[in-house]
Parts: sequence; structure tokens; C-alpha cells
Amino acid sequence: MNRTHNAFWQLMFISLLFCSFTVTVFARGVNQTNEEFIAETFSNDLPKSKVVWIKDDLRPAIANILGHEYAGLRIRYWQQAGRTAWILDEIGKESPITFGVVVTDGKIEQIKVLAYRESRGGEIQQRAFTRQYADAKLSEQKLDRHIDGISGATLSVRAMTSVVTLALYLTQFINK
Amino acid sequence: MTSFKKTSLALSLMVAASATQAAAATPTNEEIWTLLQQVQQQLTDVQQQNQQLKVENQTLKTKVDQTEQTANSAHEAVEAVAVATESAVKSASTSKTTIGGYGELHYNSLDDQNGTDDKDEIDFHRFVLFFGHEFNDRLRFFSELEVEHAVVEGGSGAVELEQAYLQYDLTDHNRVSAGVFLTPVGIINETHEPTTFYGTERNNVEKNIIPTTWWEGGAMLSGELAQGFSYDLAFTSGLETDLGNNYAIRDGRGQVAEATAKDPAYTGRLKWTAIPGVELATSVQYQADVTQGMDATAGGATLLETHAVIEQGAFGLKALYATWDLDGAGPASVGADEQTGWYIEPSYKLNDKVGVFSRYSLWDNQAGNSSDSEYTQWDVGVNWWIDPQVVVKLDYQDQSSPTNQAELDGVNIGLGYQF
Repeated sequence: MNRTHNAFWQLMFISLLFCSFTVTVFARGVNQTNEEFIAETFSNDLPKSKVVWIKDDLRPAIANILGHEYAGLRIRYWQQAGRTAWILDEIGKESPITFGVVVTDGKIEQIKVLAYRESRGGEIQQRAFTRQYADAKLSEQKLDRHIDGISGATLSVRAMTSVVTLALYLTQFINK
Repeated sequence: MTSFKKTSLALSLMVAASATQAAAATPTNEEIWTLLQQVQQQLTDVQQQNQQLKVENQTLKTKVDQTEQTANSAHEAVEAVAVATESAVKSASTSKTTIGGYGELHYNSLDDQNGTDDKDEIDFHRFVLFFGHEFNDRLRFFSELEVEHAVVEGGSGAVELEQAYLQYDLTDHNRVSAGVFLTPVGIINETHEPTTFYGTERNNVEKNIIPTTWWEGGAMLSGELAQGFSYDLAFTSGLETDLGNNYAIRDGRGQVAEATAKDPAYTGRLKWTAIPGVELATSVQYQADVTQGMDATAGGATLLETHAVIEQGAFGLKALYATWDLDGAGPASVGADEQTGWYIEPSYKLNDKVGVFSRYSLWDNQAGNSSDSEYTQWDVGVNWWIDPQVVVKLDYQDQSSPTNQAELDGVNIGLGYQF
């Protein structure tokens, strides 16, 4: 009985091994380059990029949203016909995640993970998850809604929420 | 004088008068000449001024051009400085080596309802350091070093290497780990930082049945089979229990400390996380001899575990069931051929920082016979996250134990952090 047991589990092990190499899904890696994201967002009618310099009151405001200082001097964005696109990096647990965000009329039109480098929490890339941010707005420098987390990926979820909030805030700032 | 004569006289006088006046309005030639000279002088002056203005204008134009050039150079310089600064800051802040950790201080005030085995103590239960390093994009190292109960020599403490493994990305969706790692079973086994669970102490079901924290040495293949559907397959060292412990699973952990490696263990897990806020998973483990060949009356052991973790809005629910099936006459003789436990834990977040929970647990390490060996426990308490990475816990427990075992009821207070 023991030998059958052993053989059975060894077979399970090897067959799952083979299965695992065949499917293409979300995990680590680059989903879309920054250039492709911008091109796709503006249907290939690319506006010239602009920058917002982080100075005076903007720096503490950003630090408040992210929960830490922003490591940079300015942030680049693309704007056309009332739509603003941002590409922002934020660390999940150990590695930076690259996010692409599009804001229209003060609401989130799209949030997408462009590159994911963490070893856990890749579920935040799924549409079922990012859908929670659709039409999200700012409410007193915070997001106007609660986001259901993914167990084992709290920090990646927090990174996405911070980035979405930051994009909304910056769009409001440059449009003042 | 006749009227005709009067009229002609008046008329001629009038003509003479106007002629004289006219003669006074018309300038003389000399006056015209002077006027002309004046105008010419003015013209010359204006021409000179014009010339001067032209020169000044040219100078200004040149100056404006120069200023524009200077502005452009300044702009380029600022660009260069900005790019250089940002890149320097970036490389300074993203080190390839990461340090992290967590820790828990516990206060227990528990009375033994079945005897005098009270537990009144304050204990720095765990002090843990994580060290990780990224060799390159695909290869990394991760480790967890723990000091339990503060002092090792002469105390009840321990220094344990709970994790130390290398991980390599075979493809974008599959990776292999080798070294010492946590067995992919249960809820708390892999995610056990104090900020991630309710209750000061880890729950007794996972502690006694899984048995958390459980780590083994070996190799593991992990990856994603589909969106939100992941797997883990581990080939590791196995447990070594014995009759002296009634074949209790928890006492069988070798901890990869010169552990006997005669009989390996195979572990498989499937996890489904396709819906945000929901995790469903099931794990199976099999090993051919749970005593590593030391006890002829014992044989193989199989673990089946399944759990759900649900978070929807402010409501939370955790439920877990785990059961061991041990072969052989040895375990059967003490009822340890079946070791089972389950718990259900609903919780509610009052706001971002405070959550309340309640838990009912049941576990039995000798469920195979009808002897009184079953424990049940009620917990109720509150977690206060003063920061997302720092938590204060207060909970009350009410245990129901077998007659000859300690039955601990009382209060636990905990302080935990992670970074």
C-alpha cells in the first residue's frame, strides 16, 4: 500500500510539473511597456509629455498620500482632451511595481499594472481586482471607497491604492 | 457827396485794408528760408535719433538672443541635474539587500480550571529578522531568523532558522525554491506576522494540527496555473514522531536541525484567489513513514487541509479544517491515527484601525479513539492597529480541555510590529 501511495504522489508531482509550464497568466514580469501604455491610452495621437515639479506644499501633500517621501524631483504626465495619464512606481513589499493610471473628469478611467516584480500578490493585476477602482474619486486627499484586499498581498494592494490616490490628487493639482 | 460816391469810397477803402492785411499774413522770403532751415534741422535731429534707436534696437535684439540662449542652457542644466539626482536617489533607495522583521510581546494571565498549571507571564515571544537579497532579476534569497522567548541559554528560548531558501524564476509564471522554507499548508503557517491575524497567540488548531510554524528542507515548485489559481509542490524532509509523544504531530517537527531524512514528504497545494477579498485553498501532504523508520508499528501519514479567508468590506471570516491520518498499529493504539482540528473566526472592522473578532476552535490529537482528548476554545477580542504595521491586541479565551490536561481561561494582551 505504501508503494502505491508513493507512486501516486510522485505521479501527481510530475504531472503538475508539466501542466505548470503551459499556461500564460499573470505573475511577475512586464505586462506592457510605458510607451505602449501611453500610445494605447491616446489612440496613437500622442500628446507631448509635461512635468509637474514637486516643490513647496506639493511635497508634503504627496508624502501624506504615499505614506513616505517621494523619491524624485518631478513627475511626468500626458494630457489631452480632458484625459490625463500617469506612470508611477511604488514599492509593494520589496520591489517597485509600475502602474499606469488614466484620470478623466476627476475620476479613475483606468488603472493597470505595467510591470510586477514582487514574488507574491500578483493577483492585483487581475481585472476583477482593478475593477474596484473604476470611477474612484478623491475624498479629502483619500480614495472615496474601501478596497477589498487579497490575503498575502496587503502591501501590493496598498501600493496600488496609494498610486491611484496620488494620480487623482496630481491631476487636480495641475488643473487648478 | 452822392450815395454812389460814398459806396465806391467805402469799397476802395475796404479793399486797401484787406490788401494790407494780406500783405502782413504772407511770410517774406526770409521768413520762409528760416522756417525751412528749422525744419531741416529738426529732420536731421530725428534722423540721428532714429539711427541711435536702430543701434539700440540691434543691441537689445542681440541681448534678447543671448538671454534666450542662456535660458535654454539653464533649462538643459536643470534637466540634467534633475535626471542625475533622481537616478542617484533611486539607486540609493532600492538596495538589492532587504532587511525586515517582526516581533511580539505577550502578556498572558490564564487560570488553569483543571489544576494549578496557571500561566501568568510576560514574554517577548518572538523576535524575528528577515534578510533577503536579489542576485539578479530571476534569482533571489530569503531568510527568516527567529529568537523565541528572549533568552536561549538557561531559558526556554530558542534561536531558529525558519526560512533560508533560494528562489529562481523558471518562467514568468513558475519558480523553484530550494532550502529551508515554510510548508505550504494552512493560513498562518506562511503569513504569520502579528499584524496579519487576530488574537495574541496563534490559534491552537493550526498550532497543534498543521502544525504551525512548520518548516522543512527541500525543494518546491510554485506558480500560477490560471488567473487567480496557483499551485505549490514541495518535496521535503518529513516529520518524525514517536510513541513517547503519543505520535502527536507537533512534536514530530525536525526543524531541519540534523533532522533524520530517511522518509521524505510530498506536499501539494492549490489556491484560488480570483475574487478580491477571497482566498480558498487546499493542501495535501503525504509521507511514507512518520517516524522516519524508527518505529515499526507506525507507517505513513497523510494530511488534508482546507481553508477559506474572506474579506468583504468590513466583514471578515476565516475557516480552516485539517486532519491527519496516521497508518499503523502504533498510532492507532493511542488513538493518534486521526488528529483533527477546525476553527471558524468571524471578524468585523469598526474602522481602519480597530477590528473585533470571535473564534471557536476544536482540536484533538487523539481523535482515533473515544478517550477524552478533545479541546475546544472560545476566543473573543480586539486588534488595534495604531499603524498598519504595528498592532495592540487584547483577547479573552475560554478553553475546555480533557480532564487530565490544563484548561486555561483568561486574558491575553499582545504588542506586535512588522517592517
